[in-house]
Amino acid sequence: MSTLSEYRGGVWAFSENKDLMLELLGKGSELANKLQTELTAIILGHGVSNQANELVAHGANKVYVVDHPYFKNLHADPYVSALTDLVNQYKPEILLIGSTRRGKELASRLATRLETGCVSDCTELWIDEKGRLLMNRVVYGGNAIATEMCRTKPQIATVPPRTFEKLERKDRKGEVVKADVKIEEPRAEILETKEIETAKVKLEEAKAIVACGRGVEKKEDIKIFEELAETLSGLVGYTRPLCEDRGWYTEWIGLSGHYVKPDLYIACGISGVIQHIAGIRDSKIIVAINKDPEAPIFEIADYIIVGDIYDVVPALSAALKKLT
Amino acid sequence: MPRIFVCAKQALDVTELKIDSATRRPIIAGVPRKISDFDKNAIEEAVRLKEKIGGEVTIITVGLEEAKTTLREALAMGADKGYLISDPAFEDSDTLAVSYILAETIKKLGEFDLIICGEASIDSFSAQVGPRLAERLGIPQITYVRKVSLDGNTLVAERSLEDCHETVRIKTPVLLTVTREINDPRIPSLMAIMKASKKEIVVWKAEDLKISKERVGKTGSVIQVTDVLAPKVERKKIAIKAETVEEIAENLVKALVKEGVVAK
Repeated sequence: MSTLSEYRGGVWAFSENKDLMLELLGKGSELANKLQTELTAIILGHGVSNQANELVAHGANKVYVVDHPYFKNLHADPYVSALTDLVNQYKPEILLIGSTRRGKELASRLATRLETGCVSDCTELWIDEKGRLLMNRVVYGGNAIATEMCRTKPQIATVPPRTFEKLERKDRKGEVVKADVKIEEPRAEILETKEIETAKVKLEEAKAIVACGRGVEKKEDIKIFEELAETLSGLVGYTRPLCEDRGWYTEWIGLSGHYVKPDLYIACGISGVIQHIAGIRDSKIIVAINKDPEAPIFEIADYIIVGDIYDVVPALSAALKKLT
Repeated sequence: MPRIFVCAKQALDVTELKIDSATRRPIIAGVPRKISDFDKNAIEEAVRLKEKIGGEVTIITVGLEEAKTTLREALAMGADKGYLISDPAFEDSDTLAVSYILAETIKKLGEFDLIICGEASIDSFSAQVGPRLAERLGIPQITYVRKVSLDGNTLVAERSLEDCHETVRIKTPVLLTVTREINDPRIPSLMAIMKASKKEIVVWKAEDLKISKERVGKTGSVIQVTDVLAPKVERKKIAIKAETVEEIAENLVKALVKEGVVAK
């Protein structure tokens, strides 16, 4: 068994998602600076060596590249075996992994093979005075934030998309190393991949969001809310029930979906379960419109309107149009 | 005939959780527990597979004595056997330790074709135990499954990922984690509940599984929770009221302009 002090290989970042990888490097470089160590990016792929320079330009001091046909699709087996071997050879003290659904299974499996801890979906990461990594994550369905740390190394944290900022792309120096590792053959065979429609615009960047909940009766009614969003130069968002129960959309606001912080958040026909509130807590002003005077959403709203969204929302669009 | 294991957790019903407003700490004592939502989908899918192709469904729960109610409910849904893995030494185990307890249980139970878990638990939501268990048993996993079929030892599953639905084929034994899209769990009939009350629940302790106490509980866990706090909520909670909906809308717009979140 390795001792903790052996782990001097710095801070590592890995994600198969390119944007998320750059975000990990953004936070990773802050952690590495604090620890006065190196930031290393890991690329596992096939025909991907040209991506290394991009990662250096975004803050990686070093890039380990493993190129193999097994990495063409993201199967856990080859990825976990390659990462295990890399960790055993180069001993990072911190490993950040992008918390996509693929990334999550990878991280848990890797952490088990290495007999170490992994904290899922970290919303904040920092180094304490003893040089340990502290990790915040949302627990109890959005009711609370837990601060956790890991007694073993590497300390593994998974980070959801759009949590941290990328560093500015600029001319930086970095070393690109072709790594030689053991890679297991994938046991699953991919038969088919059906793309699903994802939003082109980012909710996280919207200044105003009009969010629709169960109170919206039919999918075609969404246009009423789109009109309000347009008047505000904002975007429309949805709750999880509209996505998972009714199947209208694929991306929701709230726990395990989008975390948003617009200047103005208008919750329309949303009861306000804690899992939804967890995703909107950092909004500047929250307006809630709901028929039910007891709706929990009112507890976290700045402005409360008890009323029918089908009356209030069109009236609101009209009142806003009068402003200009 | 496939032998299917389902790992179900008796989780805190987080919708019932209250926060102590003075300390901002969650009040865990007295919060009711229930089967974690996604684990119910896992039980349902196992029972549906059994109804289609035969076999046997075994539910495994690591938890307190009161977690027997979770097992009773699963048996009423159609599972055949229930195992409660319970020992004071297991308290405060993290995912590394829980996956070890589950792996030792499954090794004792013997051969199997399929293990089904929920994608995550409703209270801690780490989504780690499934893949960690698969790793310990040396079998592959397919996570976030929304559709599954089993033919002999060939399993085909459709996964729900952020940008796509991915269909994969794999040989059993394999571990699946399922999303709530996969089914609507049944509500057992009174008859089924009565029948389930006669089924046996086996309780195993650490020594029954030859579990090393250094590897479980606080001692065996590598993750330390240093604090748990509710986020601060300070909202104005101003009710906008007026005679007509038009006036309500105008009053709100005025307020939003004042806040500087709507341009004049």
